[in-house]
Amino acid sequence: MTTVTKPTAPTPSSTSDSSIPWKRILLWLAIAFTVIFSLAPVLWQVLTSIKTNAAITADPTVYFPGLDQLTARHYIDLFRENQFQIYIINSALVSVISTILCLALGSPAAYALARLRIPGEQLVLGAVLVVTLFPYILLFLGLLEIVRALGLANNYLALIVPYTAINLPLTILVMRSFFQQLPKDLEDSAKVDGYNTLQMLWQIVLPMTLPALVTTGILAFIFAWNEFLFALTFMTRESMKTIPVAAAQLGGTTLFEVPYGPLAASTVVGTLPLVLLVLFFQRRIVQGLTAGSVKG
Amino acid sequence: MTQDYIRQREKRTGWMLVIPAVLLLLLVYAFPILRAFWLGFFTENLSTNLQPEFSGLENYGRMVQDGRFWQSIGNTAIFTVFSLLFELILGLIIALALDQAFRGRGLVRTIAILPWALPTALIALAWRWIFNAEYGVWNDILVRLQIIGDPVNWLGDPNWAMVSVIAADVWKTTSFVAILLLAGLQSISQDLYEAHSIDGATPWQSFRQITLPLIAPQIVIAMLFRFAQAFGIFDLIQVMTGGGPGGATEMVSIYIYATVMRYLDFGYGAALVAVTFLILILVVALAGLGLKRLQANAE
Amino acid sequence: MAKLELQNLTKAYSQKIVPVKDLSLSVEDGEFLTLVGPSGCGKSTILRMIAGLDQPTEGRVLIGGKDVNPLAPGDRNIAMVFQSYALYPHMSVQQNIASGLKLRNLATGDIQKRVQDASRVLGLDPLLDRRPAKLSGGQRQRVALARALVRNPDVFLLDEPLSNLDALLREQVRADLKQIFEDQQSPVVYVTHDQTEAMTLSSKVAVLSDGYLQQLGSPNEIYKTPANRFVASFIGSPQMNIIPLERVNNAVLLGDSKVDLPTNLPAKSSVIMGIRPEHLRLPREGDHQIVQGNVFLVENLGMSDLISLRVHGDDNLTLRALLPSDATWSRENLKLALPPESIHWFDTETEARLN
Repeated sequence: MTTVTKPTAPTPSSTSDSSIPWKRILLWLAIAFTVIFSLAPVLWQVLTSIKTNAAITADPTVYFPGLDQLTARHYIDLFRENQFQIYIINSALVSVISTILCLALGSPAAYALARLRIPGEQLVLGAVLVVTLFPYILLFLGLLEIVRALGLANNYLALIVPYTAINLPLTILVMRSFFQQLPKDLEDSAKVDGYNTLQMLWQIVLPMTLPALVTTGILAFIFAWNEFLFALTFMTRESMKTIPVAAAQLGGTTLFEVPYGPLAASTVVGTLPLVLLVLFFQRRIVQGLTAGSVKG
Repeated sequence: MTQDYIRQREKRTGWMLVIPAVLLLLLVYAFPILRAFWLGFFTENLSTNLQPEFSGLENYGRMVQDGRFWQSIGNTAIFTVFSLLFELILGLIIALALDQAFRGRGLVRTIAILPWALPTALIALAWRWIFNAEYGVWNDILVRLQIIGDPVNWLGDPNWAMVSVIAADVWKTTSFVAILLLAGLQSISQDLYEAHSIDGATPWQSFRQITLPLIAPQIVIAMLFRFAQAFGIFDLIQVMTGGGPGGATEMVSIYIYATVMRYLDFGYGAALVAVTFLILILVVALAGLGLKRLQANAE
Repeated sequence: MAKLELQNLTKAYSQKIVPVKDLSLSVEDGEFLTLVGPSGCGKSTILRMIAGLDQPTEGRVLIGGKDVNPLAPGDRNIAMVFQSYALYPHMSVQQNIASGLKLRNLATGDIQKRVQDASRVLGLDPLLDRRPAKLSGGQRQRVALARALVRNPDVFLLDEPLSNLDALLREQVRADLKQIFEDQQSPVVYVTHDQTEAMTLSSKVAVLSDGYLQQLGSPNEIYKTPANRFVASFIGSPQMNIIPLERVNNAVLLGDSKVDLPTNLPAKSSVIMGIRPEHLRLPREGDHQIVQGNVFLVENLGMSDLISLRVHGDDNLTLRALLPSDATWSRENLKLALPPESIHWFDTETEARLN
């Protein structure tokens, strides 16, 4: 399913001729609510992250800090003392590799399920659909046993493999719905030209679905970057932790000395890549999500 | 008299392409679930020196008596029901707004999906800070607006803690619901509304008689996804309250995690996983049936 | 270059859906066979079976005497032009044309030469570096043709290649096609629902309906001696007048007029008469079979007028005739001659040709 932006419908201001445009007012109220609702908590975190400790704990609460109440201290601490660059690298490494693997395994499978009419197709599709609903808590115990048995604790593979797998269902569903939209003539033409199925997939079909691969890849990356439970369970060594876990454990030392500033800063650092992704790829993300769930 | 040599080859290639993905799915999804059912019949904890000993249905018998388990089920149910309810209402409002034409719609849409994309664990940190009893901005706002006289210990009070985690979850996942509903809204032809208003329908009647029935399948799908996620919620709770205070926000997933990772009771943890899985499947199957009915009605 | 043979070809999707039924025909080197018929007559399925994109339920496809049923499309050495052109959007024109050759591991120099030749013939030289999205419909069509031509295939298959072009361009490309394939020695199988294309391009036409081959013959034969009522009404524009009539002795009554039957017709109580509008004419000296009626509609086609006539003596009976636009005639009581040699007779039940 593609999200085609509907041509701007003419504003139906005709129905009510009363002087107060209620519909307009309601709309702008809803929009204002949406914007404030979505942004306020994030902005508050950003603001906290650049306030001095004194300003953070000041009473009354400081909403508009003066210049002397601003600092980059928390960010500097994050990288100097807490070695956050390590967690960033871990997160990036695990997310990127699992995303690539997921596309490499998922798109051929999606193509086969879209076009090659294999026996058992319905079974595989049904399983893929149901599996998207499983919470990770159902999986972690079994995976923990595998990780222990293979000695994979504190090994990137312990995250890369599950992350690849948890993104496979979405990849298969989204890519399949894109493959099904390709004109069939192109593949027929390729067959007549002498491409075998693999060559066709690699040289014709995948290049044509590059936008879909990007869409799916972004979603897979987001899910991998955000995963918490497996990362918490399988990565116990400090140098192997990913951002969500590292950030969540920042405050864990004592109950009374919570490092509010660095915590806020770590949230900002950890979310920044995703904010950028959303900013640049909003349309694709929406398209992918709806293709994955509605069309499946 | 089939001469489908080519078809045969195509099938073989097809399976070759599917099998790696299927194997990985079996490893990461099927194995843990089956393993949980198996291990659920064993006692494997500190008292057995972490060696599995067959104990039949003992784990399940223990579960029936386990007040903490039932409390976690109750908490999860409350959390799930209220999260979904508010997400649906707010998601619908946002989707309806984003479906209209206005200047800057692209930007608002981007802003609206932001919460969904951000890591739950980090968002939980943000909300923990907002609901902070001493310095939290939420207390400050409410006191300034004179809604409350004294600051509330949001995460320290059993009832308010549940409200707080629900609020955070609603914030985080409303955009997901809104995206799915928006897709449904956009597939409704404008002509329907025009014809309906020519017939003299009010906007509210149009909403009731056209919009809601036509996006009913999207609502069910969105709620299905959200149910599964809310029912298994872990990271948000773990980071915001850790299940506290005094187990007031302990969800099934938190209890399972603690059983396995803190008490090292693998057998019982496995039985908990198995039961949680069955509950989930049951609800999903019911919702699936409902969806089929809806789709049949639409045709 | 190789003879193409279809032997008892049948395609059945289920008991009820059988788009192709027991089709046998052959196309020699240098022949241009057109499969023509209304949509759903199975013509595209036949083409796809020749290509190997669909598998026949029964029967065989032979190319150069060799059974190609077990061969994948790419191993049959055929080239196919699709209605949608099926150009690879991510490749340049040059890459598109060369794609099939590259897969056959031809030497780069050889590929280049062939691409150059084809692009010269089709006037694609200035477009070689463009992507298909940047081409007009006609240009895309020519790229698709070039991609087929460079392959030097044993058989050319063309699936409604002109139907996505606008009317003006279609006529021009049709002429180009004729020239190009006259220079080719390989058999050509061309699918269309447009009878003009079938008549102008082919050396042989196969008219199909309902999965069955209705008639196979040269365009001339198909036009002059249609094998049955379906072919008669499908080929020819404007459509042939087809009139079921009761038989009176050795003649039929067309309203008030009597039309003699040929002597060799079987003795049956009714018969179908067919006459093309262009064969009805204003009476001349010596015409003795005349029909008379009132004109109720005149459609100006430029060179000629298509008139519709209500025949005297039977208000339900209308005839359409093509008259030169410079002729003079009156709308009331217009007389038209039915030349006996232009009348087709068909059996009422079998609908097969009788004369």
